[in-house]
Amino acid sequence: MNRADRFALLLLLAPAAASAAMPLAIHAGVLYPVSGPPVREALILIRDSRITFVGPADDRMISADHQIIRAAVVTPGLIDARATVGLSGLLNQPHDQDMLERSAPVQPELRAIDAYNGGDPLVAWVRSLGVTTVNTGHSPGTLVSGQTMVVKTSGSTRDREVLRPAAFITAALGGAGLNRAEGKAPGTRAKAVALLRAELIKAQEYVRKRALTDETKHPARDLRLEALGRALDGSQRLLITAHKAPDILAALRLAKEFNLRIVLDGCADAPLVLEEIRAAGFPVILHPTMARAGDETENLAMDTPAKLAAAGISFAFQSGYESYVPKTRVVLFEAAVAAGRGLGFERALAGATLEAAKTLGVADRIGTVEVGKDADLALFDGDPFEYTTRVTATVINGELFRDGPR
Amino acid sequence: MRLFPASSALLLLACAAPLFGQERPLALTGSRIYPIDGEPIADGVLVVHQGRIVAVGAAEKVIVPAGAETRALPPGKVILPGLVDSHSHIGGAQGGDGSGALHPEVRVLDALDARHPSIQRAQAGGITTANVMPGSGQLISGQTLYLKLRDGRIIDDLLIRLADGSAAGGLKMANGTNPMRSPGGPFPGTRAKAAAMVRDQFIKAQEYQAKIARAKGDPEKLPARDLGLEMIGEALAGRRVVQFHSHRHDDILTALRLRQEFGFKMVLHHVSEAWKVAPEIAAAGVPVSAIVLDSPGGKLEARDLSFDTPAALERAGAEVGLHSDDPVIDSRHFLRSAAIAVRAGMSRPAALRAVTLANARMLGLEDRVGTLTVGKDADFIVLSGDPFSVYTQVEETWVEGRRVFDLTDPRDRSYALGGPGAGDPRRTPLCCYTSAWDIILAANGALQQ
Repeated sequence: MNRADRFALLLLLAPAAASAAMPLAIHAGVLYPVSGPPVREALILIRDSRITFVGPADDRMISADHQIIRAAVVTPGLIDARATVGLSGLLNQPHDQDMLERSAPVQPELRAIDAYNGGDPLVAWVRSLGVTTVNTGHSPGTLVSGQTMVVKTSGSTRDREVLRPAAFITAALGGAGLNRAEGKAPGTRAKAVALLRAELIKAQEYVRKRALTDETKHPARDLRLEALGRALDGSQRLLITAHKAPDILAALRLAKEFNLRIVLDGCADAPLVLEEIRAAGFPVILHPTMARAGDETENLAMDTPAKLAAAGISFAFQSGYESYVPKTRVVLFEAAVAAGRGLGFERALAGATLEAAKTLGVADRIGTVEVGKDADLALFDGDPFEYTTRVTATVINGELFRDGPR
Repeated sequence: MRLFPASSALLLLACAAPLFGQERPLALTGSRIYPIDGEPIADGVLVVHQGRIVAVGAAEKVIVPAGAETRALPPGKVILPGLVDSHSHIGGAQGGDGSGALHPEVRVLDALDARHPSIQRAQAGGITTANVMPGSGQLISGQTLYLKLRDGRIIDDLLIRLADGSAAGGLKMANGTNPMRSPGGPFPGTRAKAAAMVRDQFIKAQEYQAKIARAKGDPEKLPARDLGLEMIGEALAGRRVVQFHSHRHDDILTALRLRQEFGFKMVLHHVSEAWKVAPEIAAAGVPVSAIVLDSPGGKLEARDLSFDTPAALERAGAEVGLHSDDPVIDSRHFLRSAAIAVRAGMSRPAALRAVTLANARMLGLEDRVGTLTVGKDADFIVLSGDPFSVYTQVEETWVEGRRVFDLTDPRDRSYALGGPGAGDPRRTPLCCYTSAWDIILAANGALQQ
């Protein structure tokens, strides 16, 4: 958790006591804990929103107050590493579209938590398809569009549902970061990078001056530069959307110049610059493959996850942003396509759970089924990635959600 | 009333002698075959010859003709009829523009590019026949085309010729919010106005037809030719199926009402809320081409879009097809739509039928495509396994006895999976479907240079 996270958490309205969910005993035909090999006939015990036991099924472990649930297959709750649900509402009408502010090209001070609507039906929709945590926030569309938050999909923003209220600062290079209107900046790729470099240099100066011992020399507080300052010191990483190879390279060049720890997002052209991405060591939140290929994403491919895995590059799946019908993608389906196109089941599941948790900096709480972790699970009636398999329930912080079966 | 009275003779010549595959019969053995018009065959044999299916059945029953080339497929392969997509926008489809709401005279034909990569991606998805449509931004956005996804050089190579030589296609119509715009222009601002405008136009077409009939061929009495009214006349006469985009349940009922008033043949498309009026649709006997999407929403009339729609329509007894609406769903994920329908309760046979025979019937092409039946076109696909599995891949796509997609070919593979090059136009085919006429034209061009 970074400084911005802690600050924003203080501002959250937390109810006096979280509603106490009934303890759960979940019997899995097969459990994929992700932290280890699959377990047949497994038992998962949950109490006070945490996992208290994981092991072979043993009825003696179950207390009288446990509600017993059975599922053919259980996995960790799925994690959507880059979404806009809760900001880009289902209806796609002006009143429910808060994912992009176009009034200026660089607005890192815009926080997802100030716009997130956990009650939007799309949040429940992705939950009904196994997603229990999303890194959601501002969409690509301006050079620096705002911040993301990591939040459970239970529908509320109680503090235990919010893992990171100020997770990443979102930037976009290439077409997604340009302003095509005549006379507006940035109108070209090169101008966009120049603009971003200038802003980061301003932020360096700002941070330096704010640290001066003589307070009379401090510049006035500036939310925008403060946010970029956190990107510079790595406490709130830049999540840079870049699809074309030159834009991916531009992101890596920026990271090198400013010694930034970034996360790459989208990366339709990743197979063209695999070596550069691998050498830089940054994780990739890969574009949704179910989305339409075209323009910037003309090279997106169903076997890119397999290529990233083979190159040893850490990656996670995302739903991304959809401007029209359908209004969101679903990480379950994204991982499924990758699983069926060379990645294989276990690596695909990791990309939608543990790898995503690591990239989002929340692997201490979610991403695997282990004792002590948050009780976030997805329950299925068969192979999770088979199109004909249904999600029968999800568990979030120990609370059972039956949205389907779907 | 043919599409192109002046040029049809030339087009007929151009398409008269496509060079079909297999001068020798080809027999594919050892696979599970879903003929669609019958029970699955565990150990099946499919024999094709000169672009047609000549035998299909169980290994012990089919006699492979002497001299046939026999390919024994590895265990586990599955053969389906070539998929039929009843609603697609591949090939760079365009229709009417913003100058008006009624464009029956506009042909999608005049916008299509046979080498557009979306056609190769559709082949990679196992699609062999597609209804390529203009969009839904107008009440009538234009004439659609039913294409065979042959490896064509020009769009004419992909057309399906009817007995009178005209190109097979429908008429695209739409209601709901897409063809509605702010008032003051030529577009309707409300639903009632939209319906009134369509009724008005159809009545004009009726009167136009009546005048032609009364003229009895007398040039002095014939009305001035009107391309748009001619086309609506084709719909009124049942020669051209109205392919009707509709989402909200009341808009679906409006479409049914229009059909009842004017008596045209109709297929309902998308039908987000069809589950609310499934009995009414079934009772009307109108077939439905449905879509299943990753999520609902994106516009108000798709807020109640559901995975359950195909199953609900099946239960109600309606004829149900599925469509890609490519690029809304990439054609390569077309079989997945059938699987998602099964996920929500549609029967497996109905789901397979929904991407083959049901769609063929909606296009009036069931005598040629949609099942593996002796005498029908040799359109089929070879799958690596269960048609509904995410782990299954389309390995081969065949159109009229010619393989148009082969997953082992690196170029075809890039169309199947994506990646650099998959957005490029297809290479020029060396042979296929180049007609005698093309050769004459090419030779003529060479002589003039």
